[in-house]
Amino acid sequence: MLRGDVQPTPFFVTGDPMILASDVLIALTLVGIVAALTYFKKWKWLWREWLTTVDHKKIGIMYLIAALLMMFRGGVDAELMRTQLALPNGRLLQPEHYDQIFTTHGTVMILFMAMPFIFAMMNIAVPLQIGARDVAFPYLNAISFWMFFFGAMLLNLSFVIGGSPDAGWVSYPPLSETPFSPGPGENFYLLALQTSGIGSIATGINFLVTIFKMRAPGMTLMRMPLFVWSIIGTSVLIIFAFPALTVALALILFDRLMGAHFFTILQGGVPMMYINLFWIWGHPEVYIVILPAFGIFSEVVSTFSKKRTFGYSSMVASIMAISVISYLVWAHHFFTMGAGPGVNAFFAIASMCVGIPTGVKVFNWLFTMYQGRIRLTTAMMWAIGFIPNFAIGGATGIMLAAAPADYQYHNSYFLIAHFHQVLIGGVVYGMLAGMYYWWPKMFGFILDDRLGKAAFWLFNIGFYVCFLPQYQLGFMGMTRRIYTYPAGMGWTTLNLISTIGAYIMGIGFVFIVLDVLYSAWRGERDVTGDPWDARTLEWSLPSPAPHYNFAKIPVITARDAWWVAKQENHGKLNEPDEPIAPIHMPKNSGVPFLFALAFFVGGFGLVWEWYWLAALGLAGVLLCLVTRSWDYNTDYYVPVEEIEHTEMALRRSPT
Amino acid sequence: MTAGILLLGTSGCNAQVMLFDPGGPVSRLESHLMIWTFVLTAVIVIPVIGLLWYIVRRFRDVPGNDAPYKPDWSESTSLEVVWWAIPIVIVGILSVVTAKDTFALTRPPEKLSTKPVTIQVTSLNWKWLFQYPGQKVATVNYCYIPTNQAVQFVLTSDAPMNSFWVPRLGGQEYTMPGMAMRLWLQADKPDVYFGSGANFTGHGFAHMRFHVVAVPRAQFDNWVKQVKSSSPPLTELGLTELRKPGLTGQLTYSSYPPNSFTKMIMKDGGMYMAHDRGILDTTTF
Amino acid sequence: MTIAHETVLRQSHEEPHSLEYSTSGGRLKILGFWMFLATDLVLFGCLFATYLVVRTHAATGPTEGQLFDVPTFTAETLILLTSSFTCGLGTREMRRGSRGGAVSLLIITVLLGLSFVGLEVNEFVKYTSSGANVQTSAFLSAFFVLVGTHGCHVSMGILWMTSILLQLMVKGISQVTAPKVFVVGLYWHFLDVVWVYIYTVVYLMGVIK
Repeated sequence: MLRGDVQPTPFFVTGDPMILASDVLIALTLVGIVAALTYFKKWKWLWREWLTTVDHKKIGIMYLIAALLMMFRGGVDAELMRTQLALPNGRLLQPEHYDQIFTTHGTVMILFMAMPFIFAMMNIAVPLQIGARDVAFPYLNAISFWMFFFGAMLLNLSFVIGGSPDAGWVSYPPLSETPFSPGPGENFYLLALQTSGIGSIATGINFLVTIFKMRAPGMTLMRMPLFVWSIIGTSVLIIFAFPALTVALALILFDRLMGAHFFTILQGGVPMMYINLFWIWGHPEVYIVILPAFGIFSEVVSTFSKKRTFGYSSMVASIMAISVISYLVWAHHFFTMGAGPGVNAFFAIASMCVGIPTGVKVFNWLFTMYQGRIRLTTAMMWAIGFIPNFAIGGATGIMLAAAPADYQYHNSYFLIAHFHQVLIGGVVYGMLAGMYYWWPKMFGFILDDRLGKAAFWLFNIGFYVCFLPQYQLGFMGMTRRIYTYPAGMGWTTLNLISTIGAYIMGIGFVFIVLDVLYSAWRGERDVTGDPWDARTLEWSLPSPAPHYNFAKIPVITARDAWWVAKQENHGKLNEPDEPIAPIHMPKNSGVPFLFALAFFVGGFGLVWEWYWLAALGLAGVLLCLVTRSWDYNTDYYVPVEEIEHTEMALRRSPT
Repeated sequence: MTAGILLLGTSGCNAQVMLFDPGGPVSRLESHLMIWTFVLTAVIVIPVIGLLWYIVRRFRDVPGNDAPYKPDWSESTSLEVVWWAIPIVIVGILSVVTAKDTFALTRPPEKLSTKPVTIQVTSLNWKWLFQYPGQKVATVNYCYIPTNQAVQFVLTSDAPMNSFWVPRLGGQEYTMPGMAMRLWLQADKPDVYFGSGANFTGHGFAHMRFHVVAVPRAQFDNWVKQVKSSSPPLTELGLTELRKPGLTGQLTYSSYPPNSFTKMIMKDGGMYMAHDRGILDTTTF
Repeated sequence: MTIAHETVLRQSHEEPHSLEYSTSGGRLKILGFWMFLATDLVLFGCLFATYLVVRTHAATGPTEGQLFDVPTFTAETLILLTSSFTCGLGTREMRRGSRGGAVSLLIITVLLGLSFVGLEVNEFVKYTSSGANVQTSAFLSAFFVLVGTHGCHVSMGILWMTSILLQLMVKGISQVTAPKVFVVGLYWHFLDVVWVYIYTVVYLMGVIK
């Protein structure tokens, strides 16, 4: 097993009994879904309401469902790893299998859980918060979603067909090059990320244009909710960071498929170049996912403290400062790769500088709560739980940024504990806060608070039990990505504790799922549209909002416009004193789905080097582009009667 | 909570908390920096957690709470200046310390009185090859070094990149194909130091552990003599065998093909790295 | 593709200075396209960086100086620069409302683009048939991928511009077609700018000793 013999890759992965069992389970689930859709005659509904939708709210919901499913998948990977490492000389997983699992865990969690989760939140909230009827390019938004979706499918497909990638989520060459990673697994990784990456770039452009050009009249930049500001930061980062990933992945693909020598050992290839390109994307990526979480915390903390956000201008300045600095720190991921002391010192200091605006934000959140009235809802619990978590994660981040100390921490479990502390404690807590906060706006009912809090406490306690021991394991010299370790290193007890923590977190996740199911069944319905007594525009609308969002676009005169309207104007926003006019809306389209499907087909062809299939996929892509370009019938007007009817049904006066 | 962990690390005489049980000047300097950064960040983290605890208790939205409520209080220049200033000062201090240490670690830990022992380290799939250009002997998965003397490790890889890490002697440095990178380490006392590969290289990676055996200089010279007299030579054929993916135990060789280290680096792209040539010139005797 | 945001329209004090900016949809598209160009710029930036890192890594293959042929790349440059000029004239004709003028200038642009791609394909075939292909060395990998990515962009632009000029012929100049013509023009000029860098960094730096 530890010989380097290359065996021919079977098309279907069958070897491991665990994989075989999950294969069967996946097949059964698929059959079940198809049967249910057929039995309840829901195919048409699925196509019309979801697969062809261009409505940002529905796209947001689809992102959210996908993110939760991927969190489950990545979480199962994590539990398997922790089980393997609970005791020395674990026998649960073979090294091949373990390597695949940590690779897909990282890839899925960053690219296919965190990214869709932030996209879910921005899709649901941004247009509503700025008083827009949709994003700037709704059709492109649908393309973004389906590109993400089919990218995720391509990666997950590798589990049953061809075998999963196993070169780590960073996929460093030369390990990820053909001589060391033969077989299609690595190709799956490259093409899946490439596909979803195109979708991400489109989302970045889409939301930046939306925020710059589609705000309600009177909503100046400095009157925007902080969540919208955070999305500006994220979108700018996406636009300038993701193309670097595109290039890094494409060049490895050239190496693997066409025998090029960008990052090979021989013929003058420079593996180091990949590492630079990857982290020029990779470090901003960390802020791409954390900034929206910051934005959500600002919304949640202000709402549930019944108080204006403290130091708004500082908050905006911090977001922008973080966005800029995040481009100047990428080399801190490889202090130990032979850069000179000048370079290392520069990147160490730049990395520490990120702590300055972040620290300011933490103080501003604290002082938003100070002299407020704090309601401990589940969303607020996630926000409060985030603060100590992120304070510790930030501190260990600064400890890692000190280059000479990093020589010791690098690739150890100290590093693992650090980035889980900021990515779970920051991003996941933020997204869960956002999910609990905006859930009523999405679905019209409130998630149960008791189950939600149970989930929070299990997850939060489980988190510390899981990851604090890992800092210590780092001090004890345990390196990451080892599938087993011998007894007698002193690592056993802490690993066992860590595994128990991971299980507690897993139970916490189960409680979140239970909460969703229970609340859908008998949760409190949101009839007011403003269950939290909140501050921003989205809460002025009924829950869920009508598909055109605003019958009339309000005129904004202050920050926290909805709060001000409730305080000063009996809960009425300033609306233009005109009758309702027909609303211009985009038509649904099936082309985005087919477009992304064509990418999927082409990508699958490239994975197996079946160039005829890749060509077929490309032809499909081009056909979709031409079809769209020649379609002049892309939008329509919602007639006044229909708007009035809808508004009446939602019990709002249409005048 | 981190405080507790760190205390556990520093106070215990438990030799297994390697990062806080430095065995030489390099790791000692690094552990000092770790403690510095820990203390300085704790200066912020602990008050933040305390403040959070106080605020959440004091300002709950419950009937009868007499704490002040100022829903529109949202600006205070003086307060904001304070918390822009605190992190700036702390980061400023840390920057100076970090930069100083970063430069210090590129030099030998102590002034060299004699020619340092040089060890050329190559990571292979999945084993460590150590070659002694001064002594002309080679070992696999373990090495000997003299105590109280700076040792110059020159690192490369003839396989996917790994990372050479002996936690109790000092921080790690990557082994990269086509590149020669220098790492200075030094051991105070005779001991067997745990070392491992730190960067994932495939299925056998978890087994890439090695020992660094530090002994007084005289004993080191004896060891070399003994190896030269009793061990087999490493031939080109043997080298090819080592390069094949797989695991081996500890091996010892009385000689190795001349310049094999340099040749390997040049083959793997070293000819394009002007910087490497400088390092190689000082290390190939 | 976009929602005409009535309020934004009313709020806008900007005098619509030309047809492509006359609808909010058009304005959004053009801004969005500028942002797309920013991403494409980063993409080419990364490819240039990679090229610069490995340009001397010729391994056993030919070096830059041995490979590049001055007349070929000079011709490519002149043709592409001219096509950018005719494309700009096409946009101007479109703004003046002359469908015939716009269409014929875009046809000339497409033809120039085709001859550019033809020359480049010819150049690549010449290199590969002499044994200098993407597998020869890191330098050649980077050369083929950088220049080839630009070539693929131009080819995509040719298909796109053809589709747009056909739409102009069928649908005429309107608030819907004007932004399309303008945006494809932006794309074309952008490719020209990228080529200027390829001309300098790859070809000129390559042949100058």
